[in-house]
Amino acid sequence: MALRPLHRSDIVIFFSGGAISAERLALPTTPKPDPVNAGVGTGNLPHTSSPPAAIPPPPAIIISGVSLSYAGTYLFKDLNLDLPAGLCSALLGPSGVGKSSLLRLIAGLEEFEAGGKIDIRANSTSAPAELSGSIAYMAQQDLLLPWLDTLSNVMLGARLRGDQPDRARARDLLARVGLADREKALPATLSGGMRQRVALARTLMEDRPVVLMDEPFSALDAITRLRLQELAAKLLHGRTILLVTHDPMEALRIGERVFIMAGRPALLSEVPPPAGNTPRDPADADFLSYHAELLRRLRAADAQI
Amino acid sequence: MRFIRPLVMVASLALLWQVIVWLTDAPHFILPTPVRVADAWWAHHLTILGHAGVTLLEIILGLMCGVVLGVSSALALAYFRPARRWLLPVLVASQAVPVFALAPILVLWLGYGIASKVAMATLIIYFPVTVSFFDGLRRTEPGWTDLARTMGASRWKILSRIRIPAALPALASGLRVATAVAPIGAVVGEWVGASAGLGYLMLHANGRVQTDLMFAALLTLAFFAVIIYFIVDNGLRHALPWQPDKLPNHQKE
Repeated sequence: MALRPLHRSDIVIFFSGGAISAERLALPTTPKPDPVNAGVGTGNLPHTSSPPAAIPPPPAIIISGVSLSYAGTYLFKDLNLDLPAGLCSALLGPSGVGKSSLLRLIAGLEEFEAGGKIDIRANSTSAPAELSGSIAYMAQQDLLLPWLDTLSNVMLGARLRGDQPDRARARDLLARVGLADREKALPATLSGGMRQRVALARTLMEDRPVVLMDEPFSALDAITRLRLQELAAKLLHGRTILLVTHDPMEALRIGERVFIMAGRPALLSEVPPPAGNTPRDPADADFLSYHAELLRRLRAADAQI
Repeated sequence: MRFIRPLVMVASLALLWQVIVWLTDAPHFILPTPVRVADAWWAHHLTILGHAGVTLLEIILGLMCGVVLGVSSALALAYFRPARRWLLPVLVASQAVPVFALAPILVLWLGYGIASKVAMATLIIYFPVTVSFFDGLRRTEPGWTDLARTMGASRWKILSRIRIPAALPALASGLRVATAVAPIGAVVGEWVGASAGLGYLMLHANGRVQTDLMFAALLTLAFFAVIIYFIVDNGLRHALPWQPDKLPNHQKE
């Protein structure tokens, strides 16, 4: 089956706040909607806080009718998902279900089959944003280059594009992740938590409205992970975030929308997160009951694979 | 301690050598004693060093040509897809032909001067350098290239800023092998036909049963080969301080 590139200029209708509607599902380019997927994206969550004075406003990511197969098996087929602008959407699911593949599709690192569409756009009138200029990517490994010091690692994006890097801003970001005194250190001399903080600063340095995070904290110990979740939630607030994770607590702490991906081909379902602003306190009684419920649903999802 | 240990090693090897001479009672034209070799070295040291200079020049020029050729081939292989199909078989074939068999042809084509020896050394170095660097270029951590792509880096920038630096440790091991084998190329070339160089001197001495002089030339060659290797090895270590090549602590002295 032919693959098509990610940049396309077909008609896309934008729905603010992540709402999905019947018209969109009836679009001629959209294949037959899946009943479970169709439910995804409904429900306008109130924006608990407006994004900080970031201009331009973060765009929404609209995924429609996207299919991906490996060796004849569909990881997902005709998948529809709206990631609302300015919010953190957490994506949970069993290992190998295709969470990371979905994130890589959005990042433009993999191609999906013809008929699907992924759009990043700020509002209904604007053209789809250039994908490569809109996203920042953060992976499970810190992906720091071992031959560059922390400051140069933070400025990697500019170096790779051949731009003049903004040293002052890079220093400021290192200070904000608490590594002001380590700008000359090589990554090998830093602890795992420090390295991931440098990676976070590098992500912030890109200053993209969309941030895609693939299990960014899963290699860290529990306490470091909690701290980094707080730091990330604070510093990335107001951007459109997709957080792929296998940790339900992480999803509930910093996810403003929580999705579960299960089955093969995978289907998506949404779980309402607890009330309150992120990062949420995991010691809260309400939080714990949400956590228990989420674990139950993840177990059920795991059994499907 | 760092300098005493090799001295002790050399002294013990010389002692062992002397003991073997005593035990076998070998005539000096079969196996000269270390003292006799040392005398020969001292008696002919200007000649030996003069020839050593020629061989050293051949080795260094061969190393430079081989490294430049090997590095550019590896880059071409990594960057251009057709190059892999066209160049890789040539590369393997270049190694299937024994370099020793090529030596007479090279001398025939390039003459008795140093050009044929430099070509020999280049040929023998080319393969390890190309293969190790190309291997390093192929094994870039996929996460790094993914990250670079999301940052909007061009293919060339990914190669120059990520894949090449990441492959330098692999190139360094290729260079170490190259430094170790480069003297072979030079000396083989000199054996086949030369008017100067340690290989020529050894052949000459052998023909006149000056076994002690032959040993003196051989030891000089070994000495320079070891020195070049350590210079290159040390330089590489300093050039790549981030390379995690340290042995675990319990294996270190």
